[in-house]
Amino acid sequence: MMPEPAATHAAIGERRAPLDRRRLALIAALGVVVLALPLVGSSYLVSVATLALYLAYVGQAWNLMMGFAGQLSLGHSLYVGLGAYAAAGLFSHFGIGPWAGVWLAVVLCGAVGAFIGWLAFRLRVSGVQLSLLTVAFAELARIGFDHIDWLGGPGGLFLRVEDRGHIDLGAFRGPPAMYYYAMLALAAAALGLCAFLLRRRPGYYWRAIREDEVAAQALGIDTLRWKLLAVVLSSAMTAVAGVFFAFYNNSLFPEQIFSFGRSIEIVLGPVIGGLGTLFGPIVGAVTLVLLGDGATEILTRAGVEVPGMRQAVHGVLLLVVTIYLPNGLWPPLARALGVQPRRL
Amino acid sequence: MSLLEVQDVAKSFRGLRAIDGVSFDIARHSITALIGPNGAGKTTLFNLIAGAFRPDRGHIRLNGRAIGGLPAHRVCAAGVARTFQLVKPFAGLSVLDNAIVGALRGERTVAGARARAQAVLDRLGLAAKASLAAASLTLADRRRLEVARALATRPSLLLLDEMMAGLRPAEIDELCGVLRDLQRQEGITILLTEHVMRAVMALADQIVVLHHGEVIARGEAASIVRNPAVLDCYLGEDAPGDASPET
Repeated sequence: MMPEPAATHAAIGERRAPLDRRRLALIAALGVVVLALPLVGSSYLVSVATLALYLAYVGQAWNLMMGFAGQLSLGHSLYVGLGAYAAAGLFSHFGIGPWAGVWLAVVLCGAVGAFIGWLAFRLRVSGVQLSLLTVAFAELARIGFDHIDWLGGPGGLFLRVEDRGHIDLGAFRGPPAMYYYAMLALAAAALGLCAFLLRRRPGYYWRAIREDEVAAQALGIDTLRWKLLAVVLSSAMTAVAGVFFAFYNNSLFPEQIFSFGRSIEIVLGPVIGGLGTLFGPIVGAVTLVLLGDGATEILTRAGVEVPGMRQAVHGVLLLVVTIYLPNGLWPPLARALGVQPRRL
Repeated sequence: MSLLEVQDVAKSFRGLRAIDGVSFDIARHSITALIGPNGAGKTTLFNLIAGAFRPDRGHIRLNGRAIGGLPAHRVCAAGVARTFQLVKPFAGLSVLDNAIVGALRGERTVAGARARAQAVLDRLGLAAKASLAAASLTLADRRRLEVARALATRPSLLLLDEMMAGLRPAEIDELCGVLRDLQRQEGITILLTEHVMRAVMALADQIVVLHHGEVIARGEAASIVRNPAVLDCYLGEDAPGDASPET
């Protein structure tokens, strides 16, 4: 990681300055736009914005593990998929709604995350090897779920789609705007949780482990325990996104939901937005969706179909950011807006 | 009772005896220097005490409590803090945050740890640089930061591994003054390995000389430098460029 200009390294606590006018105005403007979007935007815009919020949320969860604690996962689609299948399975077979299903998803994914983490950290696997292990488990699930007929196998698991006109919060059924607001609440909650953790003991310990694990141990940090906490929190948070995904899309296919591409999609937002920052995952997700889906939409309206346009734009974006802004989009953006980036 | 007791400790790597039956004590509130030619086993012994390695045999006790073989984080919890020969600052964190990580050992809240960290940085003369990135510090300041971070954990024993290597004489004297003050005013006990004899002579109450993994001499500084076995090991069988105690 490139060293940052010294000024951005003020201690976190000192940065908890009273909200100045500029920051307040920025937050208020953003809040109005975000809250009013479903009321004024087209259904296409709402669906794209929901996707951006979804990516911001899973990006935040992934960033907690990699950006804060320095543990690289390239298999986070595993937790999206497990969470989705857990809740969808309960719903389609037993009629148990998502509000109960989400707990199973969270516990299941937390446990799987703990198992993978424990295996890796006990065997002193880290870095690239750890990421390959996470890929391996996601692939294992992708292939394994093809053979679970009870959950639809390769043919997919489908949830009953009923009248979407009215809101049924209990079954998490409703118009697109409901899903938008649900994802908005999740993304906001994830941001709040990360901000909270970062300022407290876990944040300090994770960042210490990320920077130098041996030095962290020498300062009395049980690094195995704290790394496990990061993995479990990250996988449990991602599980919630999986439940959302299941009830938003109403169809699950192992080939899609556990795919490596999905894992990479989760990684791209935080990397482009700014690894280890609080707002990086959000900025990254919005940028990816704006440019990727925007370009596709413009071309489609012009009558040109370019398959894979979205992925191509993502690739170019990643390339440009990696070369010119190795710390991501958020730190320079924050400086331009006159707010300190929380690069930690 | 001594603060640290090292008793018949041995450690081999693939059949090579790095440490072979080493015993010595460290008195409370004293400064002990561990010296010896390169490859004598100083850093290995350090790592055994700090919990980075497990001893093959022997006992290491702090305050009468066995710490030999404990993992590093539990050795730290028991009251031993260390610095590294190759400095390991948390480069992406601020100087203050580096110290806060250390201070969180023994402090319940971040606010408490921050106060403790600020006091320690003040002690080490780093207060003015608290908000800088650790990566931007000079080598001398990084060494100070290592001491600050270790000190923030409230250790009873501080292990300093080659603190002075690569520093200029003026920086060495300054750091010696800081360490001497810590020992005198706060009652910290220090064990250091050092090649720079200027620092050893300025600081050490006791010197332990290690050669080929064994203790060949032990005693007060003045008597050690005239000890024939010590002179022999530094100037005799080793190539001059190899031992090089700088005076």
